[in-house]
Amino acid sequence: MSQEAELNVSGPLGASTPRADGVVVPAPGLRGGLAGGRAAKQPKHRSLWGNAWRQFRRHRLAMVGLAVFIALILGTFIGSPLYGRAIDEPFEYDASLGFSRENLLGTDSLGQDMLARVLWGGRISIAVGLTAALVAIVLGTAVGAVAGFFGGVADTLLMRVTDMFISLPQLPLLLLISFLFRESIVNFFDERFNSPLMGYFTLIVVVISFLNWMPTARLVRASFLATKEKEFIEAARAIGANRSSLMLKHILPNVLSPIIVAATLGIGAAIITESTLSFLGLGFPSDVPTWGRMLNDAQQQLQLAPHEPLVPGFFIFITVLAINYIGDGLRDALDPRKTQ
Amino acid sequence: MGRYLIRRGIVSAATIVAISIVVFGILAVAPGDPLGEFATNPSVPPERRAELRASLGLDEPVPVQYWNWARLYVQGDWGESFSTKTGVREYVLGRVPVTLAVIGSSFLLGILIAVPIGVVSAFKQYSLFDQFATTFAFLGFSIPTFFSGIVLIYIFGIRLQDTPLGLPFVFDRTDPLASNIKQSILPVMVLGLAGAAGLTRFVRASMLEVLGQDYVRTARAKGLREQTVLIAHAMRNALIPVITIVALQVPEIFGGAIITEQIFTVPGIGNALISAIRSSDTPVVMAITFGVAILVVLFNIIADLLYAAFDPRIKLT
Repeated sequence: MSQEAELNVSGPLGASTPRADGVVVPAPGLRGGLAGGRAAKQPKHRSLWGNAWRQFRRHRLAMVGLAVFIALILGTFIGSPLYGRAIDEPFEYDASLGFSRENLLGTDSLGQDMLARVLWGGRISIAVGLTAALVAIVLGTAVGAVAGFFGGVADTLLMRVTDMFISLPQLPLLLLISFLFRESIVNFFDERFNSPLMGYFTLIVVVISFLNWMPTARLVRASFLATKEKEFIEAARAIGANRSSLMLKHILPNVLSPIIVAATLGIGAAIITESTLSFLGLGFPSDVPTWGRMLNDAQQQLQLAPHEPLVPGFFIFITVLAINYIGDGLRDALDPRKTQ
Repeated sequence: MGRYLIRRGIVSAATIVAISIVVFGILAVAPGDPLGEFATNPSVPPERRAELRASLGLDEPVPVQYWNWARLYVQGDWGESFSTKTGVREYVLGRVPVTLAVIGSSFLLGILIAVPIGVVSAFKQYSLFDQFATTFAFLGFSIPTFFSGIVLIYIFGIRLQDTPLGLPFVFDRTDPLASNIKQSILPVMVLGLAGAAGLTRFVRASMLEVLGQDYVRTARAKGLREQTVLIAHAMRNALIPVITIVALQVPEIFGGAIITEQIFTVPGIGNALISAIRSSDTPVVMAITFGVAILVVLFNIIADLLYAAFDPRIKLT
C-alpha cells in the first residue's frame, strides 16, 4: 500500500516525479521542438495511446516488469494445466526434496510437487489481485466521479464517508471480517454453486476492494473538479451533452491516466493483502495453495527445508515488484509533462 | 489555534464514534453470534445459552447494545475476555508497551535510514548512488513484511546461527530485558526497512523540490559551503512535509506490526489480536481494533500540529 501513498503524495511534493531508471527527462520547454522535428521526418499518424506506449518502452525496468508479469500470467494460467502434475496427491514424491530435475522447485513436506502448486496457486493469487484491484478502482472512480461532478451535498456526504473509511483500522478489520463471515459465505457458495473456492474468492475480493477504493475516489474527485471547469466541457454543455455523457465521454477519458496508474499499483497491493490474509490463516484454506497459504503452511519448515517457504514468498515478491515497475513506467508514460 | 483544536477535536471524535459503530455493527450482524460467549458451543444447553445472552444484554436491540457497550468503554470498563476470564483493559494495555517499543524503534530506524539516503539521492540526482537507492526503495516496498521477516530469520536466525551475527527469532517472554533487546533486532529491522523504503522516496522528492527554490540559489550565491546549504537551508525545509508522511504511515506500520509480531512471536497487541480473532474472543478483538483506530486518529492530529509548529507559513484556524 505504500506505493499508492507515494503515488498520491508525490504529485504535490514536486513536479519532478522520481524516475526509477534514472533517465534524464528534459524540461517541458524542449518538448515542442523535439516533437516538431520528429513529426517532420515521420508523417505517420500517432495516437495518444501510441505515444504512451512509445514512452513506456523507454522505461527499461518497466518493460522487464511487463515481460515478467506476462510470463507469470501465462505460466500460471496456461502453464499450470500444461504441466499437469497433481497439486494434492500426498506422497507422490519423497518429502521436502530440494531443487532437482525431477521436481524443479523441489517437493513440500507432504511430498507434493512444489512447481505444480506454485503454478496452480499463482493463478488464484493473480486472479484475486486483478479482480480486487478492478472492483476497487470501479468503486473508487464511481464515488469520486459523482462527488467531483455534482459537488454540493453529494460531494460532502461522499467525502465524509471516504474519510471515515480511510480512518478505519484496515488490517484488523480485514482479518475480523474474513474470520466472521468466512464460514457462512463459503457455505452459501457451496450450496448454491457447489464451489467453496468461489466463496473464498468472493469473500476475499470483496473485503480487499471495500477497504481499498478510497485513494482512487479522492484522486478521481480531484481530477473531476479540475476538469469540469475547462472550456471543452463548457463547449460540450453548449452543444447539449447530457450529464452522463459529460461524465463518461468528456471528463472520464481525460482523467484516465492517474486511474490507470492507481489500478496497476492496486493489483500489487491486493496480491500482498491476499497473501497476508492467507499467511495469517484467514484467507484461503490449506487445499487451495495460494502463495500466501503455501508460505503459511511451510513456515515451520524454514530450518529443515528452507525452499518450501522461500519459493512461494519469492513468487509474491517478484510479482509485486514487476507490477510496481510497470506502474512506475505507466506513471511516466501517461504524464503529458514528460512526453518526449 | 484554540479554535482549530476544538474543531479538529469534534471531527476526530465524530470519526471515532463512526468507526466504533462500524466495528460494533460488523460484530452485531455477523453470523455465529460473536458477541455472545459460548453461542456456538454445542455443549452448552439452549436454556443456559439464553440465560447467558440475557446476562450479556444480547436480547436488547442492537443500538441499545451499542450504547451500553460505548458507555462502559468510556468509563474504562472494557469487559471480560471470553478465553482468559480476566479484564480486557489490563490484558490489552499490558501488551501495548511492547508494541509501542517495537514500532517506535522501527520508526526511528526507518527515519535514520531514509533521511540521509533521500537527501544524498536528491543532491546527486541520477548518480549511481541515486539509482541504487531507487532500486532499494522499489525492492523495499514490493517485499511483503511476512516474507522479509522469513528471509531475515533464515539469514540471521538459521544460517548465521552459530556466528556472532546470529540472532534469536523467537521472543522469550520470561527473559530479562537484555536479551529482549537482542530478540527485538529482527522485528525492528523488518518494520524499519519497510518504512524506510517508502520514506526515502518522499525525502528525495521533497528535497529535489526545495533544491530548486530561489533561496537555495541565494544561499549558494552568498558563498556558503555546500554542506551548510544542503543541511541548514535545504534539508530543514524539505523535512517538514515528510512529517505528514511519517504520520500517515502509522496505520501501515501498525498493520505491519500485526504480521511481524505473529512471525517473531512478539507478545504485543498484534499477536493478541490474532489469537483473539482465532479464539473468537470478541471483547479483546473489539478493544484492540478500536484502540488502533483511536491511535491512528490521534497521530493524524499530532502530525498536523507538528507541521504547523515547524512551518510558520501554516496557520491552523
